[in-house]
Amino acid sequence: MTRMRARLIVLQILVVSLIVVLVVRLWQVQMVRGREFVAVATETRTRDVVVPALRGQILDASGRPLVRNRTSLVISVDRTTLERMPDGGAAVLTRLAKVLEMAPDKLKQQIRACGPGVTRPCWPGSPYQPIPVDDRATTREALQILERQEDFPGVTAEIQARRYYPGGSEAAQLLGYLQPVTQHELEKRQGLKASFSGVDLVGRDGLEAVYDPELRGTSGLRRVQVDRMGKQIAVEQQRSPTTGDTLVTSIDARVQSVVEKAVAEAMKSNPASDGAAGVVLDVKTGRVVAMASMPTYDPAVWTGGISEHEYQRLLSNKSGKPLISRVIKGEFAPGSTFKISSVSAMVADGSPLRGTYQCPSSYNVNGRAFPNAGGMSLGAISLHTALVKSCDTVFYRAGYEEWLRDGGNKPKSKVKEPMPSMARAYGFGKRTGIDLPGESPGLIPDRAWKRDLWNATKNEMCKRAKTGYPEIKDAGRAAFSKRLANENCLEGYIYHAYEAANFSIGQGDVLVTPLQLARAYAALVGDGKLRSPRVGRALFRPDGTLVREIKVPVVGKLPINKETRDYIRAALSEVTSDGTAAGAFNGFPMKQVRIGGKTGTAEVWGKRDTSWFASFAPAENPRLVVVVLVSQGGFGAESAAPAARKIWEGIYGLGKNENGKQREAALPSGHPVERLPVIKQDGTVAQ
Amino acid sequence: MIQQAAVRKRSFAKRAVGRGSAIRRMDGLMLLAVAALSVIGTLLVWSSTRSWSSVEPTGMVKKHVLNLFIGAALFIVVAMSDFRWLKSAAPIAYAVAIFSLILVITPLGSTINGSHSWILLGGGFAVQPSELAKPALVLTLATLLAKPADRTDRPRAISVAFCLGAAGLATILVMLQPDLGTTMVLAMITGGMLVLAGVRKRWIVVVLALGVAGAMAVWSMGLLKPYQVARFTAFINPASDPRGAGYNSTQALIAVGSGEFFGKGLFHGGQTTGRFVPEQHTDFIFTVVGEEFGFLGSATVVVLLGVVLLRSLRIARLCNDRFGGLVAGGVVCWLAFQTFINVGMTIGIMPITGLPLPFVSYGGTATFANMIAIGLLQAIYIRDRPYGGGGA
Repeated sequence: MTRMRARLIVLQILVVSLIVVLVVRLWQVQMVRGREFVAVATETRTRDVVVPALRGQILDASGRPLVRNRTSLVISVDRTTLERMPDGGAAVLTRLAKVLEMAPDKLKQQIRACGPGVTRPCWPGSPYQPIPVDDRATTREALQILERQEDFPGVTAEIQARRYYPGGSEAAQLLGYLQPVTQHELEKRQGLKASFSGVDLVGRDGLEAVYDPELRGTSGLRRVQVDRMGKQIAVEQQRSPTTGDTLVTSIDARVQSVVEKAVAEAMKSNPASDGAAGVVLDVKTGRVVAMASMPTYDPAVWTGGISEHEYQRLLSNKSGKPLISRVIKGEFAPGSTFKISSVSAMVADGSPLRGTYQCPSSYNVNGRAFPNAGGMSLGAISLHTALVKSCDTVFYRAGYEEWLRDGGNKPKSKVKEPMPSMARAYGFGKRTGIDLPGESPGLIPDRAWKRDLWNATKNEMCKRAKTGYPEIKDAGRAAFSKRLANENCLEGYIYHAYEAANFSIGQGDVLVTPLQLARAYAALVGDGKLRSPRVGRALFRPDGTLVREIKVPVVGKLPINKETRDYIRAALSEVTSDGTAAGAFNGFPMKQVRIGGKTGTAEVWGKRDTSWFASFAPAENPRLVVVVLVSQGGFGAESAAPAARKIWEGIYGLGKNENGKQREAALPSGHPVERLPVIKQDGTVAQ
Repeated sequence: MIQQAAVRKRSFAKRAVGRGSAIRRMDGLMLLAVAALSVIGTLLVWSSTRSWSSVEPTGMVKKHVLNLFIGAALFIVVAMSDFRWLKSAAPIAYAVAIFSLILVITPLGSTINGSHSWILLGGGFAVQPSELAKPALVLTLATLLAKPADRTDRPRAISVAFCLGAAGLATILVMLQPDLGTTMVLAMITGGMLVLAGVRKRWIVVVLALGVAGAMAVWSMGLLKPYQVARFTAFINPASDPRGAGYNSTQALIAVGSGEFFGKGLFHGGQTTGRFVPEQHTDFIFTVVGEEFGFLGSATVVVLLGVVLLRSLRIARLCNDRFGGLVAGGVVCWLAFQTFINVGMTIGIMPITGLPLPFVSYGGTATFANMIAIGLLQAIYIRDRPYGGGGA
């Protein structure tokens, strides 16, 4: 028995040491490394889900929605979960495709990441976000997925808000569109890196892009507790999302509609035309009332992922690049609409406002004849008549003489260049600063520009002058190009007399955007101040409180007095009755509202003329400016002026509509809505 | 005669709980520890199974409590028996155990949760003969090693041979299921009891060598199932296969570690609720203690088990009877091994082995076996002392 006692004591020592080992190890695991395991446990047990904030609406001046939200049932796939599976989630996708009645291959294409060589459908957003694969799922489909979560790990179905455009394709370029946030953008954002969200979209163009920070709102965060299968068991923590601000614009949906229709028709009736634009500005405030660009498209194509076919179509030349807003990005020679600047320059440079000027059928500029359109000859006329009848030779002469005063081909050390500097004072040649992205600056060519261009190109030109153009097959063309290169190499810096003459009538290298022209006219017929136009008017919190009003900055003042401005306005007021647009406005009730304006016909090498009409009303005390552009539309009076007339008729409700009834006025008094709409606590607009 | 009359005069209640009664003569501290472990076990089973069914979240815990009551009844029956009588029951217990183990490997056996160790009784009841084999083997070996002829300090060679034969048969039957954990427990019981019985040191060395050789043979001959090999590989390097065999080990460690000092509170363990660790109510129940009751609770459970083991060892030491001492020693080997393996595997110091935590894990047959074991210890303690002596 003593031996057994002794061995029992050994066993006891063994047992005690085992207990001690366990307790010590427990201490080590739970106390020493506890924090570390808490962190790992939280990571395995919880998922941070970004609860997307409802994006703010975009309203028109009286509170009508231009962009709204609509809810839909969205099925999303979390690629990270699928990739962890042995088969890369292929089985899950096959099952999902069956439920959604889609081709499995198409589903697989939708969730791969976009990149070089990977064309749409693909996912342009962050790979850590659940990828929406079907945003028009039925309740039955969603239930099939939610009830058999073990068959569909990584697949979710939830109600999400989607952008909805009540106006369809109207103002598409102005409003812009949304695209999933890219990984790069996500990383730049604070605090969102580790989170994901199926609908983390970012404004890519138009107002959606410019006011993206305000419209976006603040995402909420939901930390959910999941089980081993990734199924949600409970919500551990929740921070509610804050709905984005509502953007009230100065756009008037009804005027917008009128402009869209008029511009579309102008393009349709000119089959050669490859684009058109219409813009309506409030003279008093400098705000944009309507802005349309053709061709256009339905922005709903972006919602829920765009197809490769659709995407390529939007970018293609064949479709006329409907993503590009001609109003702010289209650069065209302004033609005679530019003469307001030239007249101002002449007067500012000392020519008498009420003097007489010769209007021969042709004017000789440095040994080269510059004729009037149609060989028009009016003899001695006033500047008034020069504008009404659009006599080019008056301006050729002014431009040429001005060029001579600056020293001609051998410029003085300090040149005055009255016409280019007046053009700049009218805001041409630089961006208007409108609250829209991607605006073009246009071009005001002067002596300095010419020299800079020559400095940038002379090396190439001088080389070509020696080597010629062996790659051009046609011998005649090659020889011509070589001669041109030689000329450019030797005297490319010279600002020629013909350039000054062309400049005076808005031809040559002068380029303006329809918006630039519109605000120049607004400054002329208004208070003489140049404004940076705004589309956004005010931002409201979802509960209706005002965040801020968007001011229209004054960026310049026309360097001409009121007398000159009134003189020019009075002249333009007769264009629609006695001038170049008289035909287009034949029968227009001028007694009710007199429309002032100026036609423009700009020659484009190798293409049809650009058709312009810049107008304002009421002529006596203008409140609105309407500018219409029809690219390759021919004469200004031929396509742009009739379109502008339709816009004016729509605004004032003049004439009869298609049904033979009196047209309804888009702006009954011709006054844009000035009072801000009242947004109620629930986010709806008080009528 | 006079004494008997005096005894007879006392009421039943007084005889049951009065001074000098069987209950008063039990090891109270051990009973208290077992009761505490059972209560903790019940809470943990509840916590780990309440999410199984939203209709009846307490279904499993109710069954567990029922098992505990049956176990308690078995305990009383065993504890109240004269352990010398139990000695004569040993052959029957052994025969029953072997018979039921054979049944398991016949088509009558059933597979539950991947282990083919069950006999279904119908009505939702099932027994696990390998659990019953543990107390049966303890009794059998003690009987074989405590023959009057072995009352010298060393058992005779013939007794040792019988022991190895009896234990070998049971172990092989368990291995055939296959149940690696119970196989090792049976081996531990056999080895431990032989050592306690006083076999020569060189025999111990020989048996150990045979054991090692046997283990190597099993390993090299590929008798282990691939998942068992994987578990051992994963134990040596859990990172080798974090999604497979190493997963359980890693998740168990995370669950226990994240409990820190006070734990997250009953029902508040996120890892438990999310069922990141499998078999949380049986083999991995210690992860629930670790997460929900923290170091405080885990250490308490370990210490309570330590109390049971040390009190058992005390009974073995105090016992004047060779049979009683061997039974107590065998039980200690059994429970100590199971405790160390079970707790150890959740904190990364032992490989993953399918063994329940004594008195805590869910499992009817295991509960019965544990209670029978405690009953045996108490029976020995009650009977093998002169009245009033021994010092409780």
